[in-house]
Amino acid sequence: MIVPYNHLLILASLVFIMGAACTVARRNLIMILVGVEIMLNAAALAFIAGSLQWRHLGGQAFVIFVFTVAAAEVAVGLALIVHLYRRTGSVLADDYSEMKG
Amino acid sequence: MTISGLIFYVLAIIILVATLLAITRRNPMHAIVYLVVSFFAMAPLFYLLGAPFLALLEIIIYAGAIMVLFLFIVMMLNIGATPFATGQWLRQWFPAVILSAVSGLAMVVLLWLEPTEQAMVPMAMASPRVLGRFVYQRYWFAVEIASFLLFVALVGAYYLGRKGAKLEDTHDRPL
Repeated sequence: MIVPYNHLLILASLVFIMGAACTVARRNLIMILVGVEIMLNAAALAFIAGSLQWRHLGGQAFVIFVFTVAAAEVAVGLALIVHLYRRTGSVLADDYSEMKG
Repeated sequence: MTISGLIFYVLAIIILVATLLAITRRNPMHAIVYLVVSFFAMAPLFYLLGAPFLALLEIIIYAGAIMVLFLFIVMMLNIGATPFATGQWLRQWFPAVILSAVSGLAMVVLLWLEPTEQAMVPMAMASPRVLGRFVYQRYWFAVEIASFLLFVALVGAYYLGRKGAKLEDTHDRPL
């Protein structure tokens, strides 16, 4: 009906690659978390596409757990960022060099 | 091309452009607003793929809760644009480009080897009632674990975010 299954996988892969590039390249801790969110969202898209392709609801059920993990990860991650900001006064990953000696 | 296929490609272009803008903005506030656009475009895509309940969850949890949490932290910490660092392109974006190129090459090779190239995905729609019944019949234990994970995250976020007596001493220490 709508599109080939390959195109869905290509879209999910491109979004996932962009999220991975964001996680690797950025220095801001908030942008690193944003990259992880993009990757989780791309995984959810791939799960839903597979669920539609094979007419099985397991993929959609798993996306609910992906959302749960994303919410928990963001809550703890942002709390960690606030904690680090209070300690060092910065959110850039380059500034956390206290253990360099 | 059918009308739903056209909607899919328009949404895909919106998602890709918004995500690309989001990961390249220097200011985190702009990046998060672009990401909200990307997630808002992802929600009708989920609906198109037969998951109306997950489309609602995408808007409520992702674009609603998580992105507002990001915006709240950015505003609370008063984070401006990331300053430019010398050697930034070589040191940061070069590994990212290498990683993206390798991953994209792997994707192209895998899709090239896939024999079912032009198989169209079928049209289907899973109502929230069916999905909920399926989840609670098959994956009730995973639902319990997910609730426990959320509880642990709640406690952990509270513990990390509270104003401890020890944390205030190190506030104005030089880096």
